[in-house]
Amino acid sequence: MSNSTIGSRLSKKKNSIQSHYDRPNTLNSGHRACQGCGEALAARCAIDAAYYATKGNIAVVNATGCLEVFSCVFPENAWNVPWLHSLFGNAPSVATGVAAAMHAQGKDVRVIAQGGDGATTDIGMGTLSGMFERNDDVLYICYDNQAYMNTGVQRSSATPSLARTATTLPNSIYSGNEIGTGKNVPEIAIAHRIPYVATASVANIRDLEEKVAKAINIRGAKYVHIHVPCPLGWGYPTSETIKIARAAVECGMFPLFEAENGKVVGSTPIENVKPVEEYLRLQRRFAHLFGKNANPQAVEELQRIASANIEKYKLSGGIANV
Amino acid sequence: MLFQLEGSQAVARAVALCRPKTVCAYPITPQTHIVEGLGELIHAKKLEGCEYINVESEMAALSVAIGSEAAGVRSYTATSSQGLLYMMEAVYNASGLELPIVMTLGNRAIGSPINIWNDHTDAMSVRDAGWIMLFAETNQEAVDLHIQAFKIAEKVKCPVMVCVDGFILTHAYERVDLPSQDEVDVFLPSYEPHINLDPLHPTAIGTMVPPEYFMEVRCLAHKRQIDALPVVECVGQQFNKQFGRKSGGLLHEYNLENAETVIVTMGSVAGTIKDTVDELNAKKSGKFGVLSIVSYRPFPSEAIRQALKNTKKIVVLEKAFAVGIGGILYQEISLALKNSKVKICSVIAGLGGRAITSEMIKEYLSNEKQQDDMVFLGLKKDVIEKEYCPLNDDFCNCKSKV
Repeated sequence: MSNSTIGSRLSKKKNSIQSHYDRPNTLNSGHRACQGCGEALAARCAIDAAYYATKGNIAVVNATGCLEVFSCVFPENAWNVPWLHSLFGNAPSVATGVAAAMHAQGKDVRVIAQGGDGATTDIGMGTLSGMFERNDDVLYICYDNQAYMNTGVQRSSATPSLARTATTLPNSIYSGNEIGTGKNVPEIAIAHRIPYVATASVANIRDLEEKVAKAINIRGAKYVHIHVPCPLGWGYPTSETIKIARAAVECGMFPLFEAENGKVVGSTPIENVKPVEEYLRLQRRFAHLFGKNANPQAVEELQRIASANIEKYKLSGGIANV
Repeated sequence: MLFQLEGSQAVARAVALCRPKTVCAYPITPQTHIVEGLGELIHAKKLEGCEYINVESEMAALSVAIGSEAAGVRSYTATSSQGLLYMMEAVYNASGLELPIVMTLGNRAIGSPINIWNDHTDAMSVRDAGWIMLFAETNQEAVDLHIQAFKIAEKVKCPVMVCVDGFILTHAYERVDLPSQDEVDVFLPSYEPHINLDPLHPTAIGTMVPPEYFMEVRCLAHKRQIDALPVVECVGQQFNKQFGRKSGGLLHEYNLENAETVIVTMGSVAGTIKDTVDELNAKKSGKFGVLSIVSYRPFPSEAIRQALKNTKKIVVLEKAFAVGIGGILYQEISLALKNSKVKICSVIAGLGGRAITSEMIKEYLSNEKQQDDMVFLGLKKDVIEKEYCPLNDDFCNCKSKV
């Protein structure tokens, strides 16, 4: 996994698709995402990568959420691919139907379903599990900004411990999300023994592109979970999306790994492991852990989670690069 | 060709003759035998090129059909009762997206209390969801309506629900005449999708629609449903012409000429009512007719007015009702006849599978006095008297409380 930047003048093969003169622009400019939106950036990179890897033979199913709302309000449409929005909790099933129809017609159109963490880890979990379990020929991409941002920052099952949302205030003595709650959907996907599962970060676009490009041409169910900071929901300046995404990866809070057929096969080692505090201090959703009512035990709790990730996924240079 | 078949098996064979490319299977009584039957037909290579998808819920069943229909293939699923409620969000979505899916509803009561037997409460719960809804009277009509349903759906660009009474039709073995594949192929040409997820011509389907456009979308959906009335009628006539059977259309009129009292109903109970009416008319105990509504949505108000224009009294006998107000079909018939002075009576019958017998109907028709109020046919009045406890009068006496 290379880290070459978008403007790099390496060979086209090693460059990000975003730096190509013929980049597909599947998600065009002019949409209504907030400034600094991690999801918009990740979606453009991911769908461009899938488009590139299939020579444009893709169809996209979108769950309800920020991505759907900001990209497609009648009579405007920012997508340059066939795109279908049905409901909040059914994108995996709709994508199954699209894939079945393509198969029935003998068309080799690769199918993507995408949604935020609310659509994926909460309301669509049943349909997602069904799609995985049947090993339907669908790539599901989750853009994880760790809360229901479209409705105004409410807790989802992807909200990290201690993060503050509009609905976590009464939940713990820390007035943030309860420690020990939430679910790890990449691990749940791995438990379905589907052909391919990966995590990616909007801070590492080349890696994100490689994983999507790899996934889209595998037959069967695939899952890519992308960490996408949200300036509005997390509370940080809109210029710092990439910085914060990178900080999450570098402290171990968001491990980057790949799994095939139920087994983790590789992870991206962290060159220089940073303390979790550096990541937390950048965001207002964790501000209650610092300052006047500082809560060092809570910060330690989060450090333990990050350290456990580093150990579990061997992020300090254990498993060879994939 | 004539067969002695269970209703569900007959429906499965009729659907297979329509050559759907996807069938979504999820079990719920009393619909289950239909999707099982389709599985057997695919296995026996009597329905080729069809994807058979075992889904994990009714929400997924209709969602998969939404996806496959939007990707350009004829799609089918079936459900009942709680399953219909579980997929409710997708029911509205399918019609909003103008996807001509065909779905069988094996009509069954809705709980709580849980009950697996027949009534029309499930269908009534989606009466405003924008689907075309057709009610079958017999197993033969269930077969014929499915073949017509695909044609209507694809013409009008609207999903069609074929309502088939649970157990009474789905599990009854009856003689049915199944057309041949060649005959159905003539009646129902191969599917030409009007929307399609095509990478060569990318379009966005299902965008958010803001207030500036939303009312127009709804108004157009209504206009399209009203336009569907002559389509439903015409497809019924085309079917009659090709297959020599009167099936479908908007209404079934029985003995309406000179009838003083007409019983209006939907679904399989029309058979019992027709027998009863025959008996009464033969004994000259009145002049009775039956009007059975096939096309519940779109609601054929004008056709109903025409059919009932010489009637002195109307009895609406229905298998569903709205708690807190009363008969649903009764309200709609009353609305259709709002300028008429004819007396309209409301009978709620057969809820949760309670048998509706000829004797009950005769008893009701012979007792003029009770017809002023809504009547529950065959209600155990002793149970109601024993269990019903009125609310404390003091509570509602506002003057006595500060």
